Amino acid sequence: MERLPGGASRETWRFTLRRADADPERLVLRRDPPGHVIESSRRQEFDLLRAAAASGVPVPGVRWCEDDASVLDTSFFVMDYVDGETLARRLLRDDAYAGARAALPEQLAAALARIHAMDVPAFLPPAAAGSPAAAELSRYEDIYRAIAPEAHPAFELSFRWLASRLPPSRRTALVHGDYRVGNVIFGPEGLRAVIDWEMVHVGDPMEDLGWLCVRAWRFGADANPVGGLCSRERLFAAYERAGGDPIDPAVVRWWEIFGNLKWGIICIMQMRTFLGGVRSVELASLGRRTAETELELLDLMEA
Amino acid sequence: MQDRPNVLELLGAVQSFLAEDVVPALDGRRRFLALVSANVLAIVARELTGEEERTLEEWRRLATLLSLDGEPPPRIEQLRNAVGEQTRVLAERIRNGDADGGPWVEAVRAHVRQTVIEKLRVANPRYLGA
Repeated sequence: MERLPGGASRETWRFTLRRADADPERLVLRRDPPGHVIESSRRQEFDLLRAAAASGVPVPGVRWCEDDASVLDTSFFVMDYVDGETLARRLLRDDAYAGARAALPEQLAAALARIHAMDVPAFLPPAAAGSPAAAELSRYEDIYRAIAPEAHPAFELSFRWLASRLPPSRRTALVHGDYRVGNVIFGPEGLRAVIDWEMVHVGDPMEDLGWLCVRAWRFGADANPVGGLCSRERLFAAYERAGGDPIDPAVVRWWEIFGNLKWGIICIMQMRTFLGGVRSVELASLGRRTAETELELLDLMEA
Repeated sequence: MQDRPNVLELLGAVQSFLAEDVVPALDGRRRFLALVSANVLAIVARELTGEEERTLEEWRRLATLLSLDGEPPPRIEQLRNAVGEQTRVLAERIRNGDADGGPWVEAVRAHVRQTVIEKLRVANPRYLGA
């Protein structure tokens, strides 16, 4: 078995299944590493992938799910291996992916519109009463208060700013929660599969659009706010054309600012996992990326 | 006083080994983690360069912002603790709405921005652009 890169909060392993009566099959196993922070079960991710496939979202086909933690220390599930690339830096820089760079804005927008049109599965907790923006903001503020080892005045300014400008919500929908370059598999021609569904929840669909614009996913290609690929306007137009809800840019902007704050808090969560004893240099280094989100938040709030 | 190489020179030796020998010999996740490791050593080297001056400057800014009297602690450990404590006080005041409006806001924003920029000069200078 070979561990695949990325996925600081989830282990992903590739393996080949060989049976006497069938051709070898390339498969992927996903499991929680010991001491993980983000709460969700593999069963939930497994069921969601199946529902997403039925709704026309490109996802890896799922095979089986094991809830019994005694089998492999934590719960896990197995899905088809989708050949392709996930590294954003390759997508943004390699000549081989010029076609993917051209196609992905429309493909990402269309897949997202389909996700937002999915029926909300019964096993997901319903949206909190009141504003989804208020619920998400207080959820991440609570996490921050519980885990941050030091004070972050830039985050305090952000909590105040966001809380005094809560956007209206038109409707609630299934929200992927981590929809961005880095969490999709692509080939030279473009999008092949949407992966990493562990942060899925019921909320405002505009949340996913704002998250897609967070600066961390541009990998230096800041001229194109959407994952280093295109303008916000192109994403919004493609999303609407694909059947997504009409976009109010001011609402998506709130979610983009919230997204930068959320990513900053996730960096602290990952760093806490390291402090908790998981000796990963990747998790350790994420603690020092928190300041990147602080600068972006100051820039966005003062713009 | 230790003999040469000094701390920065030792770090540089390990950084070169990681970047020139280890990274090219690896692929996949191990290569990625070797790159992250080399980057972490670069962060350590930048942090060791001028940390005391930066922390003292941050202490002075916080003292002005929070109208505190007194002299900065002489030792770096105490200085770090004092800056951490004052930053907690600042964060609490922002949380209580003291920086929602009024004349203090601009001073708070300027201090917070300067502090973030100094963190990035250590953690990721490229993020600050040219």
